[in-house]
Amino acid sequence: MLSNTGIILIILTLFLSFLIIYISVVNIKEKNNIIDKKIYHYTFYQVIFSILSFLTLLAGFINSDFSLINVFENSHSDKPLFYKIAGTWGSHEGSLLLWINIIVVFSFLFLIYNKKSNKIFRLYTLIFQNFLILGFLIFLLFNSNPFSKIYPIPLEGLGLNPILQDPALVIHPPLLYVGFVGSSIYFSAAMASLVSNYKGKEFALSIKPWILISWCFQTLGIIAGSIWAYYELGWGGFWFWDPVENVSLMPWFAITALMHSVIVLEKRNSIYSWVVILCLSTFILSVTGTFLVRSGILNSVHTFANDPSRGIYILLLLAIMIFASLIIFFKNNKRETYNFQIQSKETFILINNWFMFFFLISVLIGTLYPIFLEALTQTKISVGPPFYSIVIFPFIVLFLIVMAIGPKISWIKGGYKKINFAIIILALSTFLNFLIFKIFGSYSILSNLIIISSIFLIIHSVYDLFGIVKKNVQFDLSRIISHLGFGLLIFFIGINHNYSIEEDFNLKVGEIKNFHKYQMNFKSLEKNDRKNYQAIVGNFILIDKKKNLKEFLKPEIRVYSSPETLTYEASIKTKIYSDKYLTMSNITRSDYYNIKFQEKPFMIWIWISAIMISIGGFIRLFKKGELK
Amino acid sequence: MKINLLRILVFVFAVFTLSIFLLSLNKVKVYDTQNLVGKNISSFELKSLDNEATINEESLKKNKYTLINFWASWCFPCRAEHKYLIKIKKNSKNLKILGINFKDKEKDAKKFLKEFQNPYYFLAKDYDGKTSINFGIYGIPESILIDENLMIIKKFIGPINNEDFNVIMKLTE
Repeated sequence: MLSNTGIILIILTLFLSFLIIYISVVNIKEKNNIIDKKIYHYTFYQVIFSILSFLTLLAGFINSDFSLINVFENSHSDKPLFYKIAGTWGSHEGSLLLWINIIVVFSFLFLIYNKKSNKIFRLYTLIFQNFLILGFLIFLLFNSNPFSKIYPIPLEGLGLNPILQDPALVIHPPLLYVGFVGSSIYFSAAMASLVSNYKGKEFALSIKPWILISWCFQTLGIIAGSIWAYYELGWGGFWFWDPVENVSLMPWFAITALMHSVIVLEKRNSIYSWVVILCLSTFILSVTGTFLVRSGILNSVHTFANDPSRGIYILLLLAIMIFASLIIFFKNNKRETYNFQIQSKETFILINNWFMFFFLISVLIGTLYPIFLEALTQTKISVGPPFYSIVIFPFIVLFLIVMAIGPKISWIKGGYKKINFAIIILALSTFLNFLIFKIFGSYSILSNLIIISSIFLIIHSVYDLFGIVKKNVQFDLSRIISHLGFGLLIFFIGINHNYSIEEDFNLKVGEIKNFHKYQMNFKSLEKNDRKNYQAIVGNFILIDKKKNLKEFLKPEIRVYSSPETLTYEASIKTKIYSDKYLTMSNITRSDYYNIKFQEKPFMIWIWISAIMISIGGFIRLFKKGELK
Repeated sequence: MKINLLRILVFVFAVFTLSIFLLSLNKVKVYDTQNLVGKNISSFELKSLDNEATINEESLKKNKYTLINFWASWCFPCRAEHKYLIKIKKNSKNLKILGINFKDKEKDAKKFLKEFQNPYYFLAKDYDGKTSINFGIYGIPESILIDENLMIIKKFIGPINNEDFNVIMKLTE
């Protein structure tokens, strides 16, 4: 029953896509500036059908309807309701349906919120968007159908991958999808702009809110993923330059560059081509990332069951997108001349873009090079943190300084008038860094520079913030919050990196280990039966010998029965100035347990400052007038 | 559409990247070394921990069977398996144990062997771990049993225990 309903709804959505494309093409030829009412209606029905199809799958998961293969493979009747719901997007097929829902919703919203834009531009955007919808719907229907049936109907499901049963991961995919898939709308808009010759300020204004929405959600989605990895994977850090993390970072660099350069297009009617390139590449990079993780080329929790036909289909879609955008871009793009003064806001925004582009290329090389090398020479290499530390970190120093100074320069011909002020702040930042260095312990020259420049940005932003409070104006609060968030993020990362303690040792019950100022006592082990797993809980007492403080840490090894999996749960004591992080893993054929203890200063501040970056975006979004 | 060098380069790059993606789709992704059983070990050359002597795959052909054991003093499970290596050395006539000291410190390795006895007929050092990785090792302790033709007969991932001891004795009778 659910299967048939779902499939019918999908077919209706697909049929409406064809219809919308057809009517839009006809409507473009009509010489008036009115969009046919039918297009609004069909786009609205498309949203309704697509949302209903998602709700149908959701109903399947909530009712544990194991007649659907997707529910059978990714759910279990014992699972808490919360995770049953999350199971809907916890699989490849379900998440693809969510993906389609987001493209469809964005398509509709763009149509109704852009009434002031040119008709032909809007219709072309709708046509390109519906080609994307068609591509993904065909993929869903013929290759990855979440409504496929299984017979005889199994009595019980296989269960959701236990490491996906985590609150942060429940929200991570929808957030990231709104971010990544949301970028489809300005991909289509950029293609439409090239075809319909709708350029300049109007084009910038029509895409700006959508860029902002997807940027805010992408940022939050990446943070949610990072928080999940910290709490769930037991690696004890916030970023590992893992290829799967990197593929989410690449579109983020592109979109961040885009968010800044679209302002130049709006204010100065310049760098149109560059804005278009960024619009196209943000979505292409999002789909490339999806391809790399879904096809199994990069192994991770996102890989799901490996099915080569899936990879081929996404690759085909990716190839069509890339070649279509290259042809349309080269065919319609005209050479532009720029006439920017060196000391002007637009030049500083361009510098921001060069940095973003450089970071993007570095991460792209680091991620793709091992794949290329393995495909061509069978050599396996992995590019890890040392590469990124060498390539990216030195540039962060300059980037932070530009971030602090850039916003203070005006458009067209500004000039930086506050050199004395900057020198004072630089001196103050150096002094503060010196204090940290002297009181808490030394670190490398590069760390010194990074911490100085991050303090430089923080002070600049805080100064701006006070300016706003005094003048009681809202102007650019969003920029200040985001830049302040970024400054704080780099500062806390710097401190965290330099003052973390990490100890790895083996202990058995009853043993004591002394290290640094701590004593670790492995008191006992207990077994607990929980709702859908069995937990082996280690009871540890950590004594701070200097302060004579006692803390109880209880890391777990969880044994899930459906599917049969072991997961390691870290015990984390979060305090305002540091996190204590303990994981325990069993050693095969031994009474000993491998214990990993970490003390991570200002961990919570890393999350807070990262969230602040995206809050800045939301402030701009809700500011009067941005999204009419 | 005008055709110029930059445009051609962009297209070539796109085609190249997509072709690599297509090629990568058909590779085995799960890293598993059990498929090495039945194959010959690859060539290697390592220095001794005690002196300037070196060892390579050719010299292993003189032994009827060789158990190549990858270990380190810092590796706790290696302590658990050590007594079985000693037991193998005492009981086996046809088998010699080659020790490969993985990412260790010379001082610590020697102290370890002094404390727990030395079961190895040759002790090689692999301080950057590269040779071990070429053997398909992804965690220590691991041991590889080979015959005189350098063919891998069995792999032991994790510490050797009494059961493994019996298996090794049977295989090298």
